[in-house]
Amino acid sequence: MYQGILGHGGRRYAWWAAFLIVTSFAVYWTQAASEPPSGGTWQGYGLGGLGVLLILWLSWLGIRKRSYRRASGTLRGWVSAHVYLGLTLPVIATLHCAFQFGLNIHTLAYALMMAVILSGAYGLYVYLRFPNRLVANREDQSRDDLLAELDSLDQTALDAAGQCDDGVYGAVCSALEMSTVGGSFMDQLLARDRSRARLPERGLVDNAQQRAVIDHLVERIPDTSRGGEAENLRALLRVFGRRAELLKRLRRELSLELRLKLWLVFHVPLTFALLAALIAHVVAVFFYW
Amino acid sequence: MADFHIAVLGAGPAGLSAAARAAEYDRENAASQPTHVLLEGTAAHANTIQRYQKGKHVMDEPGYLDLRSPMDFEAGTREVILDDWAQGLKAIGVNMRTGATVNRIEGTRGNFTIHLAGGETVTAEHVILSIGTQGNPRRLGVAGDDSAFVQYQLDDPDEYADEDILVVGAGDAAIENALGLTRQNRVTIVNRKNEFSRAKQGNLDGILAAINDPATPLTCRYQSQVKALQLPTAAGQAGSVILDTPDGEETLPCHRIIARLGSIPPRGFLEDCGIALPNASAEALPELDGQYQCNVAGLHVIGALAGYPLIKQAMNQGQDVVDFIHGKAVKPVEHPLLQVKFGLLPYEADVDEVLALYQQRVPMFARMNALAFRELILESDILYAVDGRAAYTGLEKQARTLRAQRLDDIEHSRRNEDRKRHETGMKPKQWRDIEEPALTGILRAGEAVYRHGEYSTTFYTIVEGEVTLKSPGGPETRLQPGQFFGEMSLLSGRPRLGDAVVAPDTILIATPRRTMLKLMAANGEVATGIETVFLQRTLQQCFAPSLSYTALRDIARRVETRHFNRGEVIYEQGDSGDCLYLIRSGTVALTYRENGRSIAVGHPQSGELFGQLALMGDAVRRETARAAVRVEVIAIKRAEFLELLKRSPDSVPALQADTRDQLLHASRMESVPEASDVISFLLGRGLGEATDALVIDENLCVGCDNCEIACAETHNGISRLNRKAGARFAHINLPIACRHCEQPHCMKECPPNAIHRKPSGEVFIDDSCIGCGNCETNCPYDVIRMEYQAPPKPGLLQWLLTGRGHGPGEDAKAQPSKKAKAAGKKAVKCDACKDRKAGPACVQACPTGAAVRLSPADFADLVEDL
Ligand SMILES: Cc1cc2nc3c(=O)[nH]c(=O)nc-3n(C[C@H](O)[C@H](O)[C@H](O)COP(=O)(O)OP(=O)(O)OC[C@H]3O[C@@H](n4cnc5c(N)ncnc54)[C@H](O)[C@@H]3O)c2cc1C
Ligand code: HEM
Ligand code: SF4
Ligand code: SF4
Repeated sequence: MYQGILGHGGRRYAWWAAFLIVTSFAVYWTQAASEPPSGGTWQGYGLGGLGVLLILWLSWLGIRKRSYRRASGTLRGWVSAHVYLGLTLPVIATLHCAFQFGLNIHTLAYALMMAVILSGAYGLYVYLRFPNRLVANREDQSRDDLLAELDSLDQTALDAAGQCDDGVYGAVCSALEMSTVGGSFMDQLLARDRSRARLPERGLVDNAQQRAVIDHLVERIPDTSRGGEAENLRALLRVFGRRAELLKRLRRELSLELRLKLWLVFHVPLTFALLAALIAHVVAVFFYW
Repeated sequence: MADFHIAVLGAGPAGLSAAARAAEYDRENAASQPTHVLLEGTAAHANTIQRYQKGKHVMDEPGYLDLRSPMDFEAGTREVILDDWAQGLKAIGVNMRTGATVNRIEGTRGNFTIHLAGGETVTAEHVILSIGTQGNPRRLGVAGDDSAFVQYQLDDPDEYADEDILVVGAGDAAIENALGLTRQNRVTIVNRKNEFSRAKQGNLDGILAAINDPATPLTCRYQSQVKALQLPTAAGQAGSVILDTPDGEETLPCHRIIARLGSIPPRGFLEDCGIALPNASAEALPELDGQYQCNVAGLHVIGALAGYPLIKQAMNQGQDVVDFIHGKAVKPVEHPLLQVKFGLLPYEADVDEVLALYQQRVPMFARMNALAFRELILESDILYAVDGRAAYTGLEKQARTLRAQRLDDIEHSRRNEDRKRHETGMKPKQWRDIEEPALTGILRAGEAVYRHGEYSTTFYTIVEGEVTLKSPGGPETRLQPGQFFGEMSLLSGRPRLGDAVVAPDTILIATPRRTMLKLMAANGEVATGIETVFLQRTLQQCFAPSLSYTALRDIARRVETRHFNRGEVIYEQGDSGDCLYLIRSGTVALTYRENGRSIAVGHPQSGELFGQLALMGDAVRRETARAAVRVEVIAIKRAEFLELLKRSPDSVPALQADTRDQLLHASRMESVPEASDVISFLLGRGLGEATDALVIDENLCVGCDNCEIACAETHNGISRLNRKAGARFAHINLPIACRHCEQPHCMKECPPNAIHRKPSGEVFIDDSCIGCGNCETNCPYDVIRMEYQAPPKPGLLQWLLTGRGHGPGEDAKAQPSKKAKAAGKKAVKCDACKDRKAGPACVQACPTGAAVRLSPADFADLVEDL
């Protein structure tokens, strides 16, 4: 029923890629005999031309992805080809330049290309791994359901805390208010918990994983005197336990979702830089060699 | 002597037009006193239209029909139309009484007594009943429920501010009102039950969130009812309400009460007036004769209540019925439409003769009233199959001439009307584009009207010639004039079984599903006729493919059809069984319980059997059968089953093989409980009735939303799928998007009949949508949105290069243009990209292959994947 990027069409593009690599090596080895390998031989030009075509075609994905009216092929097929053929580029480009590197525009283009490819490879890893993690993290609860459960937990907490003394009530309210999800970019990315709470006597404290409130409640339970109070405190304990869990899942979800997209922020601009460097490289070769 | 010659009840479009016509007669006869009266229950004319949302664009479908009424009507905003009618009422001199709710009608022609609420009576010789089908709002049922303190309608929630308001009801209308009011008021919603089970998902989520959110000024009283009212002492003051709650009585002060308790269908009213209804359904409509008269002589029923759900139709009937009462034999407006419909047939007869001939020729239609038959033909296509190229091209040529003539006629009559209006100083009419005339359809002999596997639900009746049904693996059945076919798909919603091939010189009436269903609802005889043949052919298909279906008539009489609503149990594991079931429509979920765990072991669909083991050796039910959606099953007992097998012994091996397959599938499902859970989830979400649903594998989905973007980009800027809001289970996400149901609920009450299904199965809405929102309400899966047309966006390159405007995908903040606003909101939903060669854009645009479309038949493959 379902087929992923790598498995598309019986891995047809993997075979294409293998073919490209073998051919490139074959072409490369034909030059050793006559003159030393370099980008300047006809083989070098050939490999270079192939590389440029590949890069242009790989960049075209940005347009193809948004050509929604196009009737040819599925985007999955395009991405599959993009990935497999993209991975042949390090080989083709390296053979093209015949391992000659330096501090010049040519090597800059090469480096940018490698950067695009590395970011792409990371992106592929993310695409393959993170969806499963998201599923596991969701535990069959849609985000709306999760938010609804959080809401009802908060309500339960307020109700229960209303029956307790002012200290507990204040602590609970502050913990609810100062629970955070998201925050700064880094906080989101790393799913950091910046929650805080205001406890009696101790003032503003760090409440990551709702630990501080939970500890506070735990300490209070043994020395309750009023009837029913212990029961309320234990209800609160359960609520905060569950809340910590839900908030953690929510943060993890946001972080995973962010990371699923973030790599493209490198992949795409680097592509533009690469295209610019590539033009410079080609112009330099033809006019100043 | 009666007070009036004609009393018209209900001032909707139908009633207005009738009363106006009656007023014209009065004027012609120079009557000193009006001999007609128009009684309207509410405070103003056309309550149904008054209740449309503000500024709604009212359409004048169907385009092929001309208006024939003293009152004006053309497409425009609700306000303009209501205004025109108000002026028309005055100008023509209609004798209207508002605030006159009719409770009951008594008597017959020449001698009717009309009882009004409040005890007054009015007498009349003829009564025209045009109260529509909206019904009257259900009242609170306590003293004071008719005072201004209680409102049964809320037009604009922002009209009130800083009030305490009680909303009574638990349906969508109550929830929407309550949520709207919380913006500026404090609201208490009173629910008779302990949950909001009737509401749509979106409203349900909304109300629960609002109840739980301490910041929203909304509270809920569950299991509570209004017991009494204490009316405010002066306008603007607060009154109070006494509620019956689980904790005893509670008194709540409030400024007003909004009661949204649904409406009482007019059925009860009709029965009280002695009007016979053909069957027990709440939506049953009275049977009428050629002059819209029901079984009570002199009592005429027109408009929506007569089964004509559009304004123009209602108005035309209004004029016609008064003409009838005055003894004028008018040719209905549709006369020329029928003329072209019959135009290519090889007869020298006029329309009425052809109609009479056809009605006589089909036993099932013979006893229908002429009016209903005429309507049936009007809504149907007439197909004519000819042999040979020459004959076909000859007809094609004739068709072109006929078409040109008809268009000419229309132009001509429009010019005449324009001139008349100009001379009498009326404002000129905005003519709409002339619609293609519906001519006789021509076929080549030997052609199939439908093919095996096609989705089409048209019902065919043969009036001349012959049709051969060729089912795969079965014998050929030849059908003669008077017989019909196509009822299987009509009733089950499943694709066609086999081809239907026409012989030379065959003439068919091809009736669309909606017309047929309406007819079956209104006419018991037609319903039984179709049902019986359906049963015979289904039994033949399943048990005796080598027999003729007519040979099964006696058995068909002895089997029983049963209905089960979604979730109802058909039989329970451990029961002893005495019959097997053949599914007529819908999907059944079979589950097996073991160690407290329930495992889905099968989901047979229409045309398939279940529970047959009870008659094949194991008398105890080994699983529970439950309706996954609303299902209809045919229960076959042992005696009939054995007889079927005896008559057709060669079908036994196939039956045994099927049963083996089912058992094998069941045992495989038991060994993969995860798969069974997924299938239970999908069935639980109504996928049993889907034919083409978008199902996303979350293990592959990267959340890029390219599917939604692609949808918007290929559908005028509005996405018809919502991925994020989809229901999730394990790694399956069921986005909110049309599933192209077997029997689309959305089609049920679409006034202009704008929802269709392609032979390949896609359910889609065409441009004639009038924006009434019925389909949005009727779709149980919440997939239809009412939207303005989205403004155009910059092209991809322009956006890429300049970064201006909204990129690909739906622009949630876009403001509709003036023109789009004037045209009004229309229903939009997924059409499965019916016109795209590459198939659904969502699937094509998914970069990871996570988005796939499937039907219950694919569930087995889904299991393979797990
Ligand atoms: C939201 C919506 C949008 C629609 N949009 C369109 C559109 O754009 N174009 C179109 O052609 N059709 C449209 N329709 C359908 C159209 O409104 C109806 O077909 C039409 O109103 C039917 O006319 P009628 O006269 O038969 O009944 P109604 O219009 O329903 O009129 C019945 C009248 O009788 C009164 N009445 C009821 N009971 C009593 C009683 N007991 N005593 C006295 N009076 C009584 C009512 O108050 C009402 O005024 C729409 C329908 C809806 C619900
Ligand atoms: C020089 C080489 C490459 C270039 C120029 C390039 C360029 C691009 C471009 C322009 C896009 C479109 C992004 C967007 O518009 O959203 C893209 C997407 C992508 N690339 Fe590359 N790429 C290269 C190599 C690679 C490699 C080697 C891999 C993987 C190993 C890879 C993996 C991907 C993936 C997974 C996507 C996302 C597809 C999607 O979400 O639609 N790329 N690339
Ligand atoms: S719109 Fe709703 S009812 Fe109509 S076919 Fe789609 S899912 Fe079914
Ligand atoms: S296009 Fe595919 S990967 Fe992207 S959100 Fe839709 S289903 Fe998920």
